[in-house]
Amino acid sequence: MPQPIDRDEVRRLVDRGAQLVEVLPPNEYEEDHLPGAISMPLRRLEKEARSSLDRGRPVVVYCWDSA
Amino acid sequence: MYDYEDGKLDWLAAGLPSEGTNAERPRAGDVARKDVPTCRLDERLGDVRDRVREAGWDACVVLNEERVVFGLLRSKELETDPDRRIEEAMRPGPSTFRPFVSIEEMAAFMIEHDLDSSPVTTSDGRLVGLLRRQDAAKAALELHEREHHSDGGKA
Repeated sequence: MPQPIDRDEVRRLVDRGAQLVEVLPPNEYEEDHLPGAISMPLRRLEKEARSSLDRGRPVVVYCWDSA
Repeated sequence: MYDYEDGKLDWLAAGLPSEGTNAERPRAGDVARKDVPTCRLDERLGDVRDRVREAGWDACVVLNEERVVFGLLRSKELETDPDRRIEEAMRPGPSTFRPFVSIEEMAAFMIEHDLDSSPVTTSDGRLVGLLRRQDAAKAALELHEREHHSDGGKA
């Protein structure tokens, strides 16, 4: 299970080299995403995560909000 | 793996930078005036009015110690009895807007609801700045013109 974190922790992790992953649809990513985030929509997450992400660095996933 | 549960909404509402096509378009937080005068609840209205006018303003945002917006003083409130305390004179709990709202949306809303100015705050209520209607309308018009011209006049 992913560990829930808040905004401050996101910034700390990113400063330490974490990978940010937005799981929203590509058009939403294109409009706005967190600096440095990559797009990996939920339906592609399982397929792409292994090949696209560095397993040696923390991964932070996010969507629009907690709803 | 970590889950940023509050997500992109929380990030943008805090006025933090983003990337993408919207990031290049002005938003409420970009256009809001950061130099708006501020005051505290326990100040005397006359003192605040002098300070506000000296700074060339006709509005002042009332904040607590954590810079959370408690009220707004527009010219009408600033004109009242100078011996009143700010907490008695202010308009309490004004409508606030998040920094990521597009400037076109803000301009349309402020014109439709006849709002001269609106505080822009983070999701926890801290002041980012005061958005004035004329600034919002000007920025929206400039954006429209820029996008119209960059589209070769096809819009």
